[in-house]
Amino acid sequence: MAVTVVTNANFESEVLAADKPVIVDFWASWCGPCKMLSPVVEEISNTEDSVKVCSVNVDDEMELAEKFGISSIPTLLVFKNGQLANQSVGVIGKDQILQLTK
Amino acid sequence: MIDIIIIGAGTAGLTAAIYARRAGRTAVIFEAHAYGGQIINTPEIENYPGIANISGFEFATALYNQATALGAEVKMERVVAVSDNGAAKLVRTDKGEYECKAVILATGAKNRPLGLENEKALVGKGVSYCATCDGMFFRKKTVAVAGGGNTAIEDAAFLSNYCEKVYVIHRRDAFRADAKEVDRLKGRENVEFVLNKNVTGLIEDNGRLCGVEVTDKFSGEKTVIDVAGLFVAIGQAPDNTPFANVAALDDGGYIKAAEDCKTGTDGVFTAGDCRTKTVRQLTTAASDGAVAALAACGYIDSL
Ligand SMILES: Cc1cc2nc3c(=O)[nH]c(=O)nc-3n(C[C@H](O)[C@H](O)[C@H](O)COP(=O)(O)OP(=O)(O)OC[C@H]3O[C@@H](n4cnc5c(N)ncnc54)[C@H](O)[C@@H]3O)c2cc1C
Repeated sequence: MAVTVVTNANFESEVLAADKPVIVDFWASWCGPCKMLSPVVEEISNTEDSVKVCSVNVDDEMELAEKFGISSIPTLLVFKNGQLANQSVGVIGKDQILQLTK
Repeated sequence: MIDIIIIGAGTAGLTAAIYARRAGRTAVIFEAHAYGGQIINTPEIENYPGIANISGFEFATALYNQATALGAEVKMERVVAVSDNGAAKLVRTDKGEYECKAVILATGAKNRPLGLENEKALVGKGVSYCATCDGMFFRKKTVAVAGGGNTAIEDAAFLSNYCEKVYVIHRRDAFRADAKEVDRLKGRENVEFVLNKNVTGLIEDNGRLCGVEVTDKFSGEKTVIDVAGLFVAIGQAPDNTPFANVAALDDGGYIKAAEDCKTGTDGVFTAGDCRTKTVRQLTTAASDGAVAALAACGYIDSL
């Protein structure tokens, strides 16, 4: 599996309606720490079948960022059954990310 | 046994690894957060000799690639303790224990928090330590910057470009920052200086920051300023307390060591921003990395 790019238009179907926990990575190209976190998130998308991994480029999707009150990136949101279940700000390790989905 | 364990994969630690590997020593670096250290947030570095302009992320990645290509190993583990058993040092991390001949403490420094009760909980919910990273989320909103140094003044200038209003809250009425930059900032219509006041409280609404309480240094009077964001720029602070048993610390928590990068303990060296020094920059961090690594190699040769 790869990382699914999410927009305001497909957020509902890709994230809220997903049948497993979803990690959503809010990032931007000018954000150094985001570029460090993204490869870890991508690795999870390739190795963990039990979670779905999505990414939101905040420059393109300001509305989505605002909707979830994102005011610092990288931010990871975790959704379960259409509900926001967990979140984390800043660069964290793979183990910590997976912990958020537990 | 590993020859040299380096704690911290910032500029100092990665440079130390380059020198250690080129001297034929095995080197393992432990990093608690992300390789690259403090500089990864900085959009532009323009004072590193030989490189006119580079982003912090690119600089850190190039350094990381250089060190790992030479055979240095970077492990994403936080070091919690170092014990000195003479010729062998024991390094304990949050995942395991490792033995080595020499240790280099290159733990750097972190943004200094205000130390307020709900500060940690509000990070990413209105409290930030990096204006260039998070400023865009406060477009057309009212924010405050706490601090009076160059970073605070630069942050306020940057934020005033697209925030509705920027308060600069400073505990004194004089600034450590360049006078010219302060004057330029004073000329901006949407910037207001709040002087001789300390930020003493963070007011939240529904888990998000909605205001700051400031206390006047002289009268003790408390006032509340409504803001959606607070950018804390009151300097850096080290965290060397786990290593105080092998390296003496000064009053500020920095490791006491001179230009030779030696701590009081044989075989334990230090490099970069975590050491007592006057100039904390990439160049001085790189310089320390080289000095500490070669001193560690010399020490191992003498065993
Ligand atoms: C906003 C900003 C802008 C700057 N701009 C410039 C500039 O333009 N030019 C310039 O020359 N300098 C600049 N600096 C200063 C420069 O970033 C520092 O001098 C340099 O990063 C110091 O490197 P270091 O390796 O000593 O420490 P750091 O970069 O702080 O790296 C230390 C590393 O150690 C890790 N660590 C700490 N404790 C542990 C532990 N117990 N276990 C494992 N890992 C640990 C940390 O996570 C960190 O990654 C800037 C600093 C800031 C904050």
